[in-house]
Amino acid sequence: MHIDIDKDLCIGAGQCALAAPDVFTQDDDGYSTLLPGREDAAGAPMVREAARACPVGAISVKETTG
Amino acid sequence: MTDTTDTTELTDTTGHTAPAGPVAFPQDRTCPYHPPTGYAPMRGAPGLSRVTLYDGREVWAVTDQDTARTLLADPRLSTDRTRPGFPVPTERFARAARERRVALLGLDDPEHRTQRRMLIPSFTLRRAADLRPSIQRTVDGLLDTMLEQGAPADLVSAFALPVPSMVICGLLGVPYADHEFFEEQSRRLLRGPAPEDTLAARDALEGYLGGLVDAKARGTEPGDGVLDTLVREQYGEGALDRRDLIALAVILLVAGHETTANMISLGTFTLLRHPDRLAELRADPALLPAAVEELMRMLSIADGLLRMALTDIEVAGTTVRAGDGVLFPTSVINRDPRQYADPDTLDFHRASRQHVAFGFGVHQCLGQNLARAELEIALGTLIRRLPGLRLAAPADEIPFKPGDTIQGMLELPVSW
Repeated sequence: MHIDIDKDLCIGAGQCALAAPDVFTQDDDGYSTLLPGREDAAGAPMVREAARACPVGAISVKETTG
Repeated sequence: MTDTTDTTELTDTTGHTAPAGPVAFPQDRTCPYHPPTGYAPMRGAPGLSRVTLYDGREVWAVTDQDTARTLLADPRLSTDRTRPGFPVPTERFARAARERRVALLGLDDPEHRTQRRMLIPSFTLRRAADLRPSIQRTVDGLLDTMLEQGAPADLVSAFALPVPSMVICGLLGVPYADHEFFEEQSRRLLRGPAPEDTLAARDALEGYLGGLVDAKARGTEPGDGVLDTLVREQYGEGALDRRDLIALAVILLVAGHETTANMISLGTFTLLRHPDRLAELRADPALLPAAVEELMRMLSIADGLLRMALTDIEVAGTTVRAGDGVLFPTSVINRDPRQYADPDTLDFHRASRQHVAFGFGVHQCLGQNLARAELEIALGTLIRRLPGLRLAAPADEIPFKPGDTIQGMLELPVSW
């Protein structure tokens, strides 16, 4: 699974980090970022929930193949 | 009293077929934690509904949660009230909308984004978590005083209002000693009584906060609040002019205490009217975050977000024309029967997190993480420390706010 965060869209609402605190956090400026080592958070059940919680659709989750 | 007593008045009106005509908006609630019974024709309606605003203007109403989330995030809908033809929810905001600049919520991107970026670091989840010990001390101090003075008490003035007022003062760098002044002006701004009150209150708040930021810029009122940071890093560097700085300070101060105060008072009233849920929450405090989310959904205190279409938009089989007004009645959206089973029932075990009580899109509440922390601590500590908490007046005699403003209790007499 590949997670992409569009930082130009991100408004720092923190809803991703609230929904999936094991995968997302907010950097010093408040923008969404992935926790170190969680860049490929395969199987984390709350990742899609985090993407859906984002008020500006800044998070996209893609299944990686192969 | 059972958990469902108060929904009986709703069941009479939800078995609608075709609405007779546009629904008037806003209307007063009959029960302070349920949507007005007059909104029944919109509930669960397919597609967009039509509503009539106070001035006779008809606008679209979005009541489906998925459509609401999509449209609230759509940049083709403007929130800039100074645009000609922007719909106005109540008479009191008509002149203020035309004549006064509103920061953040009154601006579209990119201007909105520039301001929001300045504030994001002060409202992150981590910042809210860092504030928890100080919020807890504030809550405990106010409850100490209430317990010392003895029952009965008005929970609004003794607790629900001072908690967020103290917290936002500390966060912004506004002296709490001035709270009576700004709470009163905030009340006039949002609830009149006359339309002129809104302008006069706004001017009074701008005068007060203008003096405060000037003092901070001169260094005579030093502090480490959000306003101090804005003065130093944005105003001082020329990135924000004085007028915008003051407009930002007004919205942060007013939104920072009014909304949370209403959630604490109405949230407490709702819990007291649902004794089984209250007992469940007392028995399992780990339910608090879910309970706060469910109360946010159910109470939808900021009911009626307005936008204006900038271009024609095809949505739900309808063409919303450029210039059309679009209303988001959050109390109806957050009870969308397609999303929530038994939407009128308070249930801490449902997935409430997709509600739009904080709005959605780029304007979603900046203070939502702080609000959640305040509500968890205020409600959690209140019910833990006052195990005998109860209403000190008949529930149907306790006054609550009219439909044309943020919803909440005007008073909340309690004993314990």
